[in-house]
Amino acid sequence: MAATTFELEVATPEKLVIQATCTEATIPGADGELGILPGHAALLSSLTSGVLRYKASSGRDEVLAIHGGWVEVQPTLVRVLTDAAENPDAIDRARAEESLKRAQSRLANIAENVDLARALNALKRAQVRVEIAKK
Amino acid sequence: MPSLIDIRRRVRSVKNTQQITKAMKMVAAAKLRRAQERVLAARPYAAMLEQMLASVSGAARGDDQASELPLLAVRPEQRVQLILVTADRGLAGGFNTNLIKAAQRFLSDHSGKDIRIEAVGRKGRDFFAKRATLSGEHIGLVNKVAKLTYAETQAVTQRVTQRYIDGEIDAVYLIYNEFKSVIAQKLTETKLLPIEMKDEGQAPGDYLYEQPPDVLLGTLLPKYIENSVYRAILESIAAEQAARMTAMDAASSNAADVIEKLTLYMNRVRQASITKEIIEVVSGAAAQE
Repeated sequence: MAATTFELEVATPEKLVIQATCTEATIPGADGELGILPGHAALLSSLTSGVLRYKASSGRDEVLAIHGGWVEVQPTLVRVLTDAAENPDAIDRARAEESLKRAQSRLANIAENVDLARALNALKRAQVRVEIAKK
Repeated sequence: MPSLIDIRRRVRSVKNTQQITKAMKMVAAAKLRRAQERVLAARPYAAMLEQMLASVSGAARGDDQASELPLLAVRPEQRVQLILVTADRGLAGGFNTNLIKAAQRFLSDHSGKDIRIEAVGRKGRDFFAKRATLSGEHIGLVNKVAKLTYAETQAVTQRVTQRYIDGEIDAVYLIYNEFKSVIAQKLTETKLLPIEMKDEGQAPGDYLYEQPPDVLLGTLLPKYIENSVYRAILESIAAEQAARMTAMDAASSNAADVIEKLTLYMNRVRQASITKEIIEVVSGAAAQE
């Protein structure tokens, strides 16, 4: 019998953020978005900063900003390990937009000593937070 | 013989001390609960990470590129890094002393090698700063151990890992107190780097890998080290509060003993002086007859 739901667990080093039963999830994989449905083949991937969406078994759509990490997919279990996970409610929109501007300006006039990878990472994070805060 | 007033003063002073130790015990108990919660909250991530690492390393085994990862490189141990996690404060029984003793033992066991100490917590830093066994660079200090965030511990770990990758050091050890229970801490010494891969079990081979296993392994390993250090520090914080609680409990009951003895003595002195006065009155009356 095919499973109709799977368990989603999202953990950061500091705590377990989510433990929910869902029917589908979209996860920001490092090489593109991963759409996960129940019964997905076992998969391991690293993640990028992005928006994790999932539909809880109650039918509610939830979003969460996550920043990097890995995902382990099994037919009835999806485990997301991430450096940081934020609820939309926890994000201060004004601050997120401000940090987005800061990140953009840092990239716009790039100096010799700026770590490009880090600046890009900061930009990405800021974009994700702004995107999620709008909802 | 001390006067009644002197003894009374001493009793009062011991009582004051007892109040302080009692208060400290209660504060430690409250902090301990919070620290324990943090230790528990960190467990799921660590467990998942370990599991993931096991499957990825299983898949990457035998892969030439994977065995060339810098964090797995084994070199002859000449320059050794020690991370010593102590508390910032004392009054916790043998908590810091045991750690420092263990660190000194470590130093004498590895004598002849170039050892650097990275101290987390003020006690360890102060001790080894005075004794000048810190070779080379100075120490990263986490000031408020109770309010520690993951990012703070990350800074320490990344600094150490970078040094290892650059080939400045050949091995990294970690000494800390593990939280066993409220009354027991376990002094733990572990080797962080090079990472020793457990060669157990067969590779759970039926995973699809979005990225090649050796690439995944390369990103998982530094995280694993970071997480180990983070957890060690959390454990140490919980252990510190537990040690302080036990120490302050013992101090409070010692104070109670002292108060009891002093009170007994005080009563005896008072009784003696009353008896003396009665004798004086009686013998004075007798002399009148």
